[in-house]
Amino acid sequence: MSDEGNAREKLVEVDNISVQFGKKSRPFTAVDGVSFDIYKGETFGLVGESGSGKTTIGRAIIRVNPISSGEIRFAGKRISGKLSPSEDRQVTKDIQMIFQDPMSSLNERAKVGYIVMEGLYAPGNDCTNEEREQRVIKAMQDVGLPPEFMSRFPHEFSGGQRQRIGIARALVMNPKFIVADEPISALDVSIRAQVLNLLQKLQKEKGLTYLFIAHDLSVVRFICDRIAVIHKGHIVELAESEKLFAHPLHPYTQALLSAISQPDPIAEKNKKLIVYDPSQHHYENDPPVWTEIEDGHFILANQEEIEKYKAEL
Amino acid sequence: MEDNDIQKGETLISIKDLAFDFTLRGQTLHALRGISLDIKKGESLAIVGESGSGKSVFVSNLMGLNAQNGHVSGGSIMYRGLDLTKLTTEKEWSEIRGRRIAMIMQDPMTSLNPLKTIGWQISEAVEMHRGLNGEAAKKAVYELLGDVGISNSERRYKQYPYEFSGGMRQRVVIAIALACKPEILICDEPTTALDVTIQAQILGILKRLQEKYELTSIYITHDLGVVADVADRVAVMYAGDIVEVGTCNEVFYDPQHPYTWALLSSLPQLGIKGEQLYSIEGTPPNLFYEVHGDAFASRNPHPLKIDFVKCPPMFEVTPTHFARTWLLDPRSPGVEKPEHIKRLNEKYQELMKKNGESVSGQEPARTALEGAAI
Repeated sequence: MSDEGNAREKLVEVDNISVQFGKKSRPFTAVDGVSFDIYKGETFGLVGESGSGKTTIGRAIIRVNPISSGEIRFAGKRISGKLSPSEDRQVTKDIQMIFQDPMSSLNERAKVGYIVMEGLYAPGNDCTNEEREQRVIKAMQDVGLPPEFMSRFPHEFSGGQRQRIGIARALVMNPKFIVADEPISALDVSIRAQVLNLLQKLQKEKGLTYLFIAHDLSVVRFICDRIAVIHKGHIVELAESEKLFAHPLHPYTQALLSAISQPDPIAEKNKKLIVYDPSQHHYENDPPVWTEIEDGHFILANQEEIEKYKAEL
Repeated sequence: MEDNDIQKGETLISIKDLAFDFTLRGQTLHALRGISLDIKKGESLAIVGESGSGKSVFVSNLMGLNAQNGHVSGGSIMYRGLDLTKLTTEKEWSEIRGRRIAMIMQDPMTSLNPLKTIGWQISEAVEMHRGLNGEAAKKAVYELLGDVGISNSERRYKQYPYEFSGGMRQRVVIAIALACKPEILICDEPTTALDVTIQAQILGILKRLQEKYELTSIYITHDLGVVADVADRVAVMYAGDIVEVGTCNEVFYDPQHPYTWALLSSLPQLGIKGEQLYSIEGTPPNLFYEVHGDAFASRNPHPLKIDFVKCPPMFEVTPTHFARTWLLDPRSPGVEKPEHIKRLNEKYQELMKKNGESVSGQEPARTALEGAAI
């Protein structure tokens, strides 16, 4: 995918966005000046620890959390801020989300058929009952669930099946872009592989683009084309997955990579943990800037550090 | 209870044919189906399996924590001359629970009392089990806080759980578990709720404290990365039974049971990008019914005919490595191991050669069939 270079079509452009919570007088900045592009057809990974702001970015893109500055563009059009009703409907349809915990993200009182269908009732989706049903059946088949399950309730399903229902609910809208927020971290090991395979299969068949939010780097490496590492509201490094794993430059990325657990007792017992200490940066006089250090490899660093990283490459 | 000294490496708990049933709406669910396992003093044993495989029910038996509708339907758990399956009253259990065998729960966010200070919660355990009071108890708490890597213990003593992050809370939970100097520490998914970086730190603390307090630890987890990090021995559970048990290296680099192969192969760490990840088809057997033959047979991509008829016995691979699969029977035709498993094994052989150690010491103990299977 990388050979296409700059010719690739940008689907989502996140341009210097910040998200603030709390009172206007004493705001808490959860995301601070973050920029990245997601290309059409790729899986873009966003990794960081809890509280780093990764979910907030995902929610800003689906427009749940309003952004306080910057701009988000989808297929070239601005989607942040105020939109006309018709644009609003189109964006809602095009961007869908898969949630983390399939145990709590499904309406326990509704039948599966209704859960999957609900999005189609939104105003502007004037299809007949029959069309709706057909689309639900199609979505259920796409995720590998028999259409008979439509008349059952969520409690009758296992975790893996419930996550499939969650994916079907997103697919029924025929989205172009899916935000998957930790879609497998609440699942059992034996089911994770199934859901990962399903996500990859759907991407191939429907040409979907994913934003994959996770804290588990080994999963991200397996499924993502490019990875952004986020720490305390700043993206500190962004590169193609293999490049990031081969040459992690930012000390925080190195710390994260060193903590990955491998199913390999010898490697695991000799593992050396790198602990990230933010005080190693001297940003008082020379604030860091978002720099492209080599082709497609971005890093947040000041001038002095860039020199150092360049020498390491 | 005998208090004689058990040396490191000798059997501390001996579990024989343990069977445990739950009664649900008039039906019987066979949660454990005849488990036999020896737990050695000073070792760290990891119990791996998917949800519903019975790993939590199994360790709850060591603590007497199972639900009211469950009962032991056979077998024994011998611990220092005492059969734990025979204990019934809370009074009998209070001798064991906490004092001898302590447990760390999965979620540090819910296992602490939000209304009491950290210091109060730790000293409660110290006072109750060690009989210390006042200043002495406080001193013991400070020491425990230091042990689990919480600095500034005098200030922390007076703080409430909400003032602690997830990793810090888990440290407090560890301190409470260690407060009464137990002999055995059970860690039930100790790091599932935590971030990767914090996970590594907590595991480091647990390993360090195991040495300091001469603990025998039992880890329950479904994260094979954690297992590789902490365990000396690994037991793989499936459908209420142990299907494979061996040293950590044996189970990871030379697994014998198809279920262990499947578990390892489905890890994204071992997957190849762009290719399908191996996934285990189907669901575990319904434990409301009697399981015939090998419980994994219906999900096994290459089952043998006998797998559906008769339950395999535990075959010995090496004196420390056992697996419950007919593939180890000399009459079995053998099955090609999955690519990933072969690669892991090759990597291990290479590493061993590099280190100047030979793994050939293990080879003669294996059956001739094994060689054919690879």
